[in-house]
Amino acid sequence: MTEIFGVPLQALYGQLLVGLINGAFYAMLSLGLAVIFGLLNIINFTHGAQYMMGAFCSYFLLQYAGVGYWWSLLLAPIVVGATGIVIERTMLARLYKLDHLYGLLLTFGLALIIQGVFTNYYGSSGMPYRIPDELAGGINLGFMFLPKYRAWVIAASLVICLTTWYVIERTKLGSYLRAATENRALVQAFGVNVPRMITLTYGFGVGLAAFAGVMAAPIYQVNPLMGATLIIVVFAVVVIGGMGSILGAIVTGFGLGIVEGLTKVFYPEASNTVIFVIMVIVLLIKPAGLFGRER
Amino acid sequence: MAAPDLTADAVPVASRPILAATAAMAVALALAPHVGIYPVFLMKALCFALFACAFNLLIGFGGLLSFGHAMFLGTAGYVAAHAAKVWGAPPEFAILAGTAAAALLGVVSGALAIRRQGIYFAMITLALAQMIFFFYLQAPFTHGEDGIQAVPRGRLFGLIDLSGTLVMYYFVLAIFLGGFLLIFRVIHSPFGNVLKAIRENEPRAISLGYDAERYKLLAFVLSATLSGLAGATKAIVFQLASLTDVHWTMSGEVVLMTLLGGMGTIFGPVVGAFAIIGLESYLAGFGQWVTVITGAIFVVCVLAFRRGIVGELGAWWARRGS
Repeated sequence: MTEIFGVPLQALYGQLLVGLINGAFYAMLSLGLAVIFGLLNIINFTHGAQYMMGAFCSYFLLQYAGVGYWWSLLLAPIVVGATGIVIERTMLARLYKLDHLYGLLLTFGLALIIQGVFTNYYGSSGMPYRIPDELAGGINLGFMFLPKYRAWVIAASLVICLTTWYVIERTKLGSYLRAATENRALVQAFGVNVPRMITLTYGFGVGLAAFAGVMAAPIYQVNPLMGATLIIVVFAVVVIGGMGSILGAIVTGFGLGIVEGLTKVFYPEASNTVIFVIMVIVLLIKPAGLFGRER
Repeated sequence: MAAPDLTADAVPVASRPILAATAAMAVALALAPHVGIYPVFLMKALCFALFACAFNLLIGFGGLLSFGHAMFLGTAGYVAAHAAKVWGAPPEFAILAGTAAAALLGVVSGALAIRRQGIYFAMITLALAQMIFFFYLQAPFTHGEDGIQAVPRGRLFGLIDLSGTLVMYYFVLAIFLGGFLLIFRVIHSPFGNVLKAIRENEPRAISLGYDAERYKLLAFVLSATLSGLAGATKAIVFQLASLTDVHWTMSGEVVLMTLLGGMGTIFGPVVGAFAIIGLESYLAGFGQWVTVITGAIFVVCVLAFRRGIVGELGAWWARRGS
């Protein structure tokens, strides 16, 4: 068997794949956080819980309505995004004039409520979600075995991330969004309904988290606490990348996933902490983050 | 009626009534175990009250929201428990060792975290605390999920046997009051005033010649050290150091205690800690609903009750007086 630095290549490829998968989730979640932060100036601590709700939504749809994976991929983000819109209208909208930190505290409380309710009914053990038939099995690439579902997750998340980037950076709608991020009052003076835009942006960010949750369901199982620790890693990813750039969030997300995967091969003890260590190094060298700007 | 910002003083600071109230609190706490209040509950509440006061020093007077304060509580707990159990150190040395470890961690993590502000500061402290959590999860001396159990309480200064509940209680009360008075003194010192100036308008404080970063770091280290004192004492009292104390939920809990009691008030964190610890022991049989209720208190406090219990009382008192 071929080896590199005493590690079999098979294991290296395997962990690289796992790293890419994790990176796909980091990218999608930090993208949602960045979009929400850009317009609302709120760090959405509920993001992890909303990712979990997406996974549960697809589980419920399958269990009680017989709706399969593909429809869930469309429906779950809409349903969870709608709950996000309700949260924004009834609660977050009251906080915009206050210190940003209140938004963090409110969404932290909401995350506790949501996770607590789900843990109450479903315990903390995971429930399996079957991979859809079309994506079961895998392809033998010659040097490694690639499960079809994992390839799909990487491809789909790339498409979603790049589409989001395109919409925000290259379309008329995106230009309104970016303008409102810079100067809300001025955009409103031009006749754009900024409050509605804010509401929809939050709904979109939450929907993105739910979409990631549906994609995660067959890989990580459906578990009430699946988002709780993930969100802390995503925060570190956001600090590393800086929230100034959409493309930056995507690149940082995938990049850190790969680094984490490689760490699992070469120094497994540090695989849990490597992202935090990188965060420390980035803070020392470039405090604003790799793609960030001070604001 | 809404508080203008997160950290605005809710109560005008006048030290004499506060000192009188502190004396009343000390007497009440000294009598509490004799009027039928369970001393073990009181000790737990006092440890958390000191923890919340230390946290409040940072958020209420420095304007810095740390979401990783559990790392100081837990670190001090582990070091104190290890010192007392494995090295056989007397309790006063174990507590000092734990506190010193938290102070050291405070210097390192504080120097990193103050490189960013506001929302990033909160995320960085949270991430650093999670890193520390994973370290303790894997480090052999912490015994992972089991924690360090059956830590001996030992004899204080080699003389006083701490195994008696009441003796232990008065020892904890002394530590709490010492920490509380130290924080009170710091807030009213020139240092405390500069800190408040930086919180209100950092560029202006800098232009006046204050080294804002140094002040913020010092406040952070002070807060970490006192959190460590609380954690080390807690480990000796309950003869246990476990992962619960370094988990992110613990960091959230101390935020909640301070928010509920009143950020930036002197007594708020004490009231908040007693309220939350009381609620938790009352609801102990309800399992995960405690998490839901905790979250609900967060939401209600942020939406409608931003001054907290003591802050609202202070505002009511001020309205009545005018």
